[in-house]
Amino acid sequence: MTLQEKTDGAAAAAAPPRRTRRQAYETRVRRRSNTVAAVSTALVVLAIVTLVPMAPGWEAVKKSFFNAEVFAQTFPRLVQAFLWDIAIFAWSVPLITVIALAIALARDTRNPALFPLRLFGILYTDIFRGIPVILVVYLIGFGIPGLGLPRPWNSPYIWGTVALVLTYSAYVAEIFRSGIESIHDSQRAAASSLGLSQSDTMRFVVLPQAIRRVVPANMNMLIALQKDVALLSFIGPVEVLRQAGVFKSLLANFTPYVGAALIFLSVTIPATRYADYLIARQRRERS
Amino acid sequence: MKLSTLLTSAAGLALASTAALAQNDCAAGKTIEDGVLTIATGNPAYYPWVMNDDPASKEGFEAAVAYAVANAMGFDDDQVVWTRSSFDQAIQPGAKTYDFNLQQFSITAARDEVIDFSVPYYSAAAAVLTRQPTADAGATNTVESLSGLKWGAAASTTAPSMIENLIGPEDSMLLYDDSADVVEAMKANQIDASLFDLPTALYLSAVTLDDGVLVGQFPPEMSENPDRFGLAMEEGSALKECVDAAITTLAEDGTLAALEAEWLAEATGVPVIE
Amino acid sequence: MLDLRDVTKSFGGNRVLDGISLTVERGEMVCLIGASGSGKSTLLRCINLLEPIDDGAVFLDGQDISEPGLNPDPVRRRIGMVFQSYNLFPHMTAEENVMLAPRRVHGKSREALRPKVTELFTRFGLADRMQHFPDQLSGGQQQRVAIVRALAMRPEIMLFDEITSALDPELVGEVLDVLRQLRSEGMTMVLATHEMKFAAELADKICFLDAGRIAEQGPPSEIFKAPKKDRTRAFLARIL
Repeated sequence: MTLQEKTDGAAAAAAPPRRTRRQAYETRVRRRSNTVAAVSTALVVLAIVTLVPMAPGWEAVKKSFFNAEVFAQTFPRLVQAFLWDIAIFAWSVPLITVIALAIALARDTRNPALFPLRLFGILYTDIFRGIPVILVVYLIGFGIPGLGLPRPWNSPYIWGTVALVLTYSAYVAEIFRSGIESIHDSQRAAASSLGLSQSDTMRFVVLPQAIRRVVPANMNMLIALQKDVALLSFIGPVEVLRQAGVFKSLLANFTPYVGAALIFLSVTIPATRYADYLIARQRRERS
Repeated sequence: MKLSTLLTSAAGLALASTAALAQNDCAAGKTIEDGVLTIATGNPAYYPWVMNDDPASKEGFEAAVAYAVANAMGFDDDQVVWTRSSFDQAIQPGAKTYDFNLQQFSITAARDEVIDFSVPYYSAAAAVLTRQPTADAGATNTVESLSGLKWGAAASTTAPSMIENLIGPEDSMLLYDDSADVVEAMKANQIDASLFDLPTALYLSAVTLDDGVLVGQFPPEMSENPDRFGLAMEEGSALKECVDAAITTLAEDGTLAALEAEWLAEATGVPVIE
Repeated sequence: MLDLRDVTKSFGGNRVLDGISLTVERGEMVCLIGASGSGKSTLLRCINLLEPIDDGAVFLDGQDISEPGLNPDPVRRRIGMVFQSYNLFPHMTAEENVMLAPRRVHGKSREALRPKVTELFTRFGLADRMQHFPDQLSGGQQQRVAIVRALAMRPEIMLFDEITSALDPELVGEVLDVLRQLRSEGMTMVLATHEMKFAAELADKICFLDAGRIAEQGPPSEIFKAPKKDRTRAFLARIL
């Protein structure tokens, strides 16, 4: 396939600039659909921009949700609070990766001596995928410090992180496991026939391929995690969602929530696009 | 049959009290449902504001105030209908499903722009709630000793800004959804102290915490903006005038003070913060 | 050197190998022929311990390697195997594919292995393909890398499981050339194959498998020119 591409490229470079009939036709079609798309988008935007302000409650909603003054007043503090979200996210991700991988391997183990480990892996993923994240955050965030840990070991940052890590590890472990199972048996057979041990086969042959294969799925988990970090606000930390809530009650205005939403979008939209790009690239590679 | 009962009772009412009739004119046609006063409170509503989460029992400070206001406006007790609303619902702009709402809404200028408040029916002192170990460790009713504590508060109240302005804690504050979570964090020793309006603080120290202590309270004059509770109404409510008149009457004739003494009596006896 | 005695193997209730006895001498090349499903692949996988046998025994240099519970890894290191679908590790370059097992199993460094590996690649015409990934190689090149990968473990015997079946016809020749070369170097080999011309030309012994049994075995001249059994004759008539 690579060879073919090369020759195609060479042919194109050598060919005169005249376009084929097909290319001319495709250009015409593309232009026409672009025009249609532009016009219909403009119409929809125009309709929203003119019709929404005609709604009887628009002035009140505008004042309450899209208040420029409140936005300017609160946005810098919101961005500052978002640094907490980023920090919590940043130290959660490596922990999730390691634990999820360990759980996935535990569930994959066939050694009877390690059966308890396998059972633990199954119970773990079943339990933590079955409970809403917010409940885990509450139960662990208040419950474990309630056992009487001294400061700073009872910090809601620590136990909130633990709650997120436990929950997300369960999901990511399942993703890793599906990746491991998607690697064809012939790869294991080839490794075994060379005399590689089970663990070397997993480490050098199966895992590298499995992990690569599930990168897009894990990207989506990361995006979800970035949003769920805000759940830690329920147990104390004043991150962006909580800061917005404080501003909301202080100013009786919902614009800070809109500001917080914008901050989240500024991170999650590029990440979502990137994940989609990875998925598309992988699909191309497989075909 | 229903209609005839209604007519009879309306006739009886008209004959019974001319004063009520006069004030009824003020409210007439302005309530959401004619002849009925719809009052909202929190879901659930708490001691000592509403006893046993049952406002219709008239027990608890806010339940009693609600009926007093209704009576002063010329409504009989059985013309009062209770409904529930969340805090956020109440301060959102837009049409409301109640005539007024009481669940310890602090009157603030910003809130006043999107909803209407009545004149205050209660001015709450703010009290500092801690646990016995914190008090044993030396927390007293001075700003100096309080600023060294780890503070937490319910985010949607005026407590966070009061703590910031009046105490200025050295360590950053932790904020929670409601007072139950604040108490939970206090039990887990994640925070040392929090600020509540005095009646709530009394309730929490007496009922929710095993070892709760109120180390001090801020008198209204020490706070720039003493917490005053008002009835919340839809912005531009036609009823505001009648509600204000009723509360003013109840304040002047000593009814509010009497209800406060009846339901919030324990509020005395907490030292003032220096 | 390799001695199979009365080997049986079932999948579910289906008896795939039914009393196979076969001897392969050192330096010999044995070709297994037979229809699809006759048990050729399973036989090779049993020799390499990828499948445990149900009954009978497999001896390698006098050692019973079919002993249940035996650690298969040391045995497999002595036996090289090449698969129909190459089974290269797609995330590694050709060179890494070849080096992985010697590095992990023999604990040798890349540097120590490089001369030997380079020599192997050169010998099979792949010197300029060492740093390519499998998907950058043609089918024939991939299969040759797979052979090199097996040879790098210095096996005493090589098993080939229909290694040309997945190749485009014009690529079959280059892979068969590699087998010729190995043959000339004296490697002991067992092949499952459909390349009858090749088998006739090079094999010391042909085994015709039919429904899990060795229906007939002997030198190519006998099997191809004068088969004794009707089934052998019918199979050859179909395929030639």
